[in-house]
Amino acid sequence: MNRILAFAFSLLAFAGAAFAEQAVTSFKLDNGMQVVVIEDHRAPVVVHMVWYKVGAADEPPGKSGIAHFLEHLLFKGTDVLAPGELSDVVAANGGTDNAFTSWDYTGYFQRVAADRLELMMRMESDRMVNLRLTEGDVKTERDVILEERAQRTDSDPGALFGEQRRAAQYLNHPYGIPIIGWRQEASKLSLQDAMSFYKTFYAPNDAILVVAGDVQPDQVKALAKKYYGVIPANPDLPERARPQEPPQLAERRMTLSDEKIAQPYVIRTYLAPERDPGDQDKAAALMMLSELLGGNPATSVLGQKLQFEQKKALYASAFYNPLSTDDTTFGLVIVPAPGVTLTEAEAALDEAVQQFIAGGVDKVQFERIKMQLRASRIYGEDNVQSQAQKYGSALATGLTVQDVRDWPERLQAVTEEDVLTAAREVFNKDRAVTGWLTNPAAQEAVSQ
Amino acid sequence: MTRILTLLTALILASPLQAEIKIQDVVSPKGVDAWLVEEHSIPFVSLEIRFKGGTNLDAPGKRGVTNLMMGLIEEGAGDMDARAFATAQESLAASYSFSAYNDSVAISAKFLTENRDQAVELLRTAITNPRFDQDAIERVREQVLSGIKSDLTDPKEIANRAFDKAAFGDHPYGSSRKGALESVASITRDDILAAYRGAFARDRLYVGAVGDITAAELSSLLDDLFAGLPQTGAPMIEHAKYQLTGGVTVIPFDTPQSVVVFGHEGITRDDPDFFAAYILNQILGGSNFSSRLMNEVREKRGLTYGVYSYLVPMDLGELYMGQVSSANDRVAQAIDVIRDEWARAASKGVTATELEQAKTYLTGAYPLRFDGNGPIADIMVGMQSQGLPIDYIATRNDRINAVTLEEINRVAARILRPQDLRFVVVGQPKGLEPSN
Repeated sequence: MNRILAFAFSLLAFAGAAFAEQAVTSFKLDNGMQVVVIEDHRAPVVVHMVWYKVGAADEPPGKSGIAHFLEHLLFKGTDVLAPGELSDVVAANGGTDNAFTSWDYTGYFQRVAADRLELMMRMESDRMVNLRLTEGDVKTERDVILEERAQRTDSDPGALFGEQRRAAQYLNHPYGIPIIGWRQEASKLSLQDAMSFYKTFYAPNDAILVVAGDVQPDQVKALAKKYYGVIPANPDLPERARPQEPPQLAERRMTLSDEKIAQPYVIRTYLAPERDPGDQDKAAALMMLSELLGGNPATSVLGQKLQFEQKKALYASAFYNPLSTDDTTFGLVIVPAPGVTLTEAEAALDEAVQQFIAGGVDKVQFERIKMQLRASRIYGEDNVQSQAQKYGSALATGLTVQDVRDWPERLQAVTEEDVLTAAREVFNKDRAVTGWLTNPAAQEAVSQ
Repeated sequence: MTRILTLLTALILASPLQAEIKIQDVVSPKGVDAWLVEEHSIPFVSLEIRFKGGTNLDAPGKRGVTNLMMGLIEEGAGDMDARAFATAQESLAASYSFSAYNDSVAISAKFLTENRDQAVELLRTAITNPRFDQDAIERVREQVLSGIKSDLTDPKEIANRAFDKAAFGDHPYGSSRKGALESVASITRDDILAAYRGAFARDRLYVGAVGDITAAELSSLLDDLFAGLPQTGAPMIEHAKYQLTGGVTVIPFDTPQSVVVFGHEGITRDDPDFFAAYILNQILGGSNFSSRLMNEVREKRGLTYGVYSYLVPMDLGELYMGQVSSANDRVAQAIDVIRDEWARAASKGVTATELEQAKTYLTGAYPLRFDGNGPIADIMVGMQSQGLPIDYIATRNDRINAVTLEEINRVAARILRPQDLRFVVVGQPKGLEPSN
């Protein structure tokens, strides 16, 4: 606690006024369940989240989509909750609830008046171990996830393309499978598949509780002990050890052409390091790199050069997701201006990146980005749900509370040389997938 | 155990949550009116600014001009070109966003206490002295055109455009606020200037501010920002006439899942039955997992990932709309279920239990909306532009609770018109007969 405050003061040297950061408390229950409490007493509201450290990358081979399917099935009831009743009770209490699945985690949350926290814990802890499913529930809900796949992926050539690119990016790691599942596998997922996955991974020693809002840590601790603390740990919880990537030695390129694509583009992702516990500096440098290359189009390297100066792009950017248990990706994208081919666009993008590496970092732009990152901490305090998300997603991917606290400081500590070193390392096409999304007419225009 | 749970629920509901939002009405020396909530715990301010009118004020033949104009406000102002403006904004770590909607144009801003004066000055320059440089116009125009082209192959956009066109014809509500390829291509700098002068005027201005600022500080900020704007802008246009009849429209499109937009005429925001209609919709197709449509179409039959209905009370027209996506060979069944539910609610109404549950949800969820400076500022601007009183927040839940079963069922029979439901289906639906 003292540490946080001191830290806040040092950060706000630029601000001239101090403000009290939200207090964050964390502790572990005896059964291994981690708990994080974020206090925000401005409104009598609480966000209650349970994160399981299991996601699509932990699925058995041939069962793609089971982590996400199980997430849906967790709303189907227990011994004491009828199917749908949990959501009904949340709604009847004026709250909202939902759930989400990623490659590294599965999360469940409710947002509700703070005085209803106990009810949320009672229900959420119940479905951690007491799920009851019928064949009928499973069959109907499987139709729902196939409709979800149709809506989000099969109807959208851009989404299908993303799925294919990701599969090509990861040669061995299960990050290459889609969260929703390949259709032919998702359509065969069974009650047994779901229950087996559930019994393996849903346990307090694989879960993180995040409570954020108008609550006191002592009160949360007492309730967490009462509802989650009584659930025994699963002694057979498998260690998280997914197949890792071999050295990637060959550039991959792919083209998807579809009449429904009105606006072609080139997108490339490189395999990249992620934030690791106690070791976030590489990721911090890549974060700064993505901001320098692709932040605001009017001030970033790629936007200025490709949109404003050369006018070859309608849009050009860089992106990087530092939160990942295993290797993540760093991406570049260019949407060509009318009359510019994908070949020309890709060449211009490559040239802009090379010039950046050769020319170095613009000191003033670098400082502006750091200033904005400092300010984003102040703005971020305004949204307690995003604070809860920040801690939950970090802890669920293997980071610690200390890593989360350190991250802003690690970002501020990045030097211009760190950024260039990171750029030289990450931009290696042997470890990249370059994708062209286009349509038959545009392809024809190029070949003529 | 189930009983205990129910009992606990009942106990908890005995003490409803109250939103304690203290709104001050601030009028500047030069007569600019704003609503303020002081919140000094975090050193920044959210400012929400809205001018009524929006893309409804597009000049004839220039559909899309207001949208393009709003895309250009941050693309150069005063002696700064687009890049200089962006650099200045970044140096302050301030954020401004400019949006065009059907009924209004909006500016959302947030800025730190430590450099508030500079951030406000920069925003003032953008609002009162935008440059509309020709190269910026061309750059943003191409971005808009690219978006319009993408919409032309997006099934959801196709469905919405077709519904709107059939519902409202040549009224602006009948077409995309982004405009069409031809109209956007024809827009000149003079058109953009005219749209700007028509949109940014004090006679249609609403302001909400939340954060680390006092009433006195806000008062002078308001004059700094807005005193330079003209008193009046372009005249408002006429109410839209709803022209669509019930039936099914099929737009063939190569996709595995049909996208459906459905609806009929709605109800105005100031209609005495609006609260009853709002609760009714919550029960029928509201935005959680407990609605009748969600239960019948998704939970029981697995026909979709999501189905929703919603009231759309716009300034110049009203719709009662819904949407669903379902596999081509199952969409006909989904539509049947929706039509049946619409008819069942119209003829038999809702139950006392459903009404109670919806009231508890809506009254409990209301305070949860006030969860940050930006959202509160946005709500306040919405209240002002709808002509709601400054004490509305304190009375809103009472208005919900005052709706009786008799009233809601009378309103169900009034506003749910199953025979008038028009389904616009984009895809390759099987077993679905289009009507006229």
